[in-house]
Amino acid sequence: MIKLKGIAAAGGVGIGKALVLIKDEISVPKRRISHDEISREIYRLEVVLIDTRKEISNLQRKISKDVGFDHARIFESHFLALEDRVLIEDVIFQIKNKKVNVEYAFSQSINKYVDALLKVNDEYLRERVVDIEDISRRVLRKMLKEKAVSLSDLKEKVIIVSHDLAPSQTASLPKEMILGVVSDIGGRTSHTAIIARSLRIPAVVGVEVATKNIKSGDKVIVDGSKGLIIIRPTEKTLKEYRGKLAAYNKEIRAIHIPKALKACTKDGREVRISANLELPEELPLVKEFGAEGVGLYRTEYIFLGRKDLPLEDEQYKAYLKVVRGASPNQVIFRTIDIGGDKFLSQPEVPKEMSPFLGWRAIRFCLERTDIFKAQLRAILRASSVGNVRVMFPMISGVEELRQAKNLIEECKRELKKEGKTFNKNIPIGIMIEVPSAALTADLLAKECDFFSIGTNDLIQYSLAVDRANEKVAYLYEPGHPGVLRLIKNVIDSAHAAKIKVGMCGEMSGEPIFSFLLLGMGLDSFSMTSPQVPRIKELINNIKFEDAVKAVTGALKLSTAKEVENFLKEELKKVLKDKFYRILMI
Amino acid sequence: MSKIEEHFDIKRKHGLHARPATLFVQLANKFDSSVRLEKNGDVVDGKSIIALLSLGGNKGARIKLIVEGEDSSEAMDELKSFLEEDDD
Repeated sequence: MIKLKGIAAAGGVGIGKALVLIKDEISVPKRRISHDEISREIYRLEVVLIDTRKEISNLQRKISKDVGFDHARIFESHFLALEDRVLIEDVIFQIKNKKVNVEYAFSQSINKYVDALLKVNDEYLRERVVDIEDISRRVLRKMLKEKAVSLSDLKEKVIIVSHDLAPSQTASLPKEMILGVVSDIGGRTSHTAIIARSLRIPAVVGVEVATKNIKSGDKVIVDGSKGLIIIRPTEKTLKEYRGKLAAYNKEIRAIHIPKALKACTKDGREVRISANLELPEELPLVKEFGAEGVGLYRTEYIFLGRKDLPLEDEQYKAYLKVVRGASPNQVIFRTIDIGGDKFLSQPEVPKEMSPFLGWRAIRFCLERTDIFKAQLRAILRASSVGNVRVMFPMISGVEELRQAKNLIEECKRELKKEGKTFNKNIPIGIMIEVPSAALTADLLAKECDFFSIGTNDLIQYSLAVDRANEKVAYLYEPGHPGVLRLIKNVIDSAHAAKIKVGMCGEMSGEPIFSFLLLGMGLDSFSMTSPQVPRIKELINNIKFEDAVKAVTGALKLSTAKEVENFLKEELKKVLKDKFYRILMI
Repeated sequence: MSKIEEHFDIKRKHGLHARPATLFVQLANKFDSSVRLEKNGDVVDGKSIIALLSLGGNKGARIKLIVEGEDSSEAMDELKSFLEEDDD
């Protein structure tokens, strides 16, 4: 039994067999072979290596022709790796002596060398590692041709273990077959975590050595609430966790879904609790969990995982579906936030030193107005059939807001000329996620219709913490006094200008912070659908005046820890004991 | 069949990485002799790109080249001049 600690990304307990994915969705099964099978496995190795050589040779020729001879030379080291005596001998040694299948032997040998190469501190070498991994994937894919495990074709329920799941991979997980998700890298707000939460799959991320310690077929317990994974558990631990699983399921059911759409405190303060939407497939969850519309509709998915750009009509159809699905409640569209950790295959964006400070979101859109306008036109057209709002991500100052608004006006004029219908008074808002925007909220409030505070980015920018870097992830603290002051300033500035302010970050779905934000005067809270019932239940059971008092107390404290402890104590005071326990799962 | 050993310092700008390593392995494979390199007590097969890369031969590194076989003297000459080449 091995216990590994990671970051608790999505609550709940999952128990099942592991399926370890290596990059590109290749899953390498380990199989014991009999003595008679040895020669066949070695033969398979030879055949695949020869095949791969041919493949690369063709590729090299093509690149030499299309791009130039110099570029084709990069494949020379690919060839050498394929012919590498040390590597091939090691694979054969494993097949013969350890009696394992060729795929497994090959991936083990490659991993061994990659580890050795990574130990040498050298930039050049790191690039060679990428080459070796590339060639190894090519070989493995060939070996596994008939047996490639397709995620959409799982026969039994599994726990997915990976180094890192790309957003498109996570999105394609068949959720009814996934018992849990474990990854080596990533933080609470990485895409894997967000999607796992929204699909209600227990997840632990940032485990660092999960893929090293877990083999496909291992029994694994994922404790997504504690951020713990247990590999090959003892019978006793297993029993204990089966009990927890049952209790967890029961407690979740104990929180009933309120009939009323609005959340209202005992002393009459009404707020809106809506849902964040990543994929249209989550739309039924919005209604199921009683969310009042969509407070954040992330539109990137239409653009990601494809080679071409989606045309206006394709977007229009997809948006229409979401708007109709959420009707009569509102949908707040966030225009594409590309860059940072999400990239388009078209156009090719040059690699940046600091992508999160680079060419992303509104910055990208204001330059690529062709892409931006196609999206704005599609959103405007969808606004004719329902309650649609639009907001821009990553606004850092008034200038960007004005430019974006001008483009909307331009789109409106075009649509009008073409005789297409749209809501000409569509409310326009901005995301407050850059510290400069939070500090100049009074200026921005004069020029838009609403604010939505994006805490994931606001926290990482104001605390200078890369949320995906496990080494500094502990500094990512929503309760940091600096963050609280920024948020307070945004809410006060919005109300002074008589506009509404919401929040669509993770923070709004955490009970202690929902309590605090309510007291600060936040008008709407948007979170993943499964979080909606408990936050609504929380708000329905407290008094606004208690929350206001808590704000005064919390703002006097000096550290995030102090703030969190204080809020927990306050919440405990105003809630019934059992109810408090359920809320804090 | 003779075994030749010789010490020398790598003068190449990028050491024995990437392209130079590729070229070295290609060169080493032309000979029948076995080619091994030793650095700080680690010995690797000079005909294996993966092994050679893991040696981490930076510019200035002290290396022992061990060549053994029929064509060892010829191999030693060519490999040594390749390694000592100063491409600055």
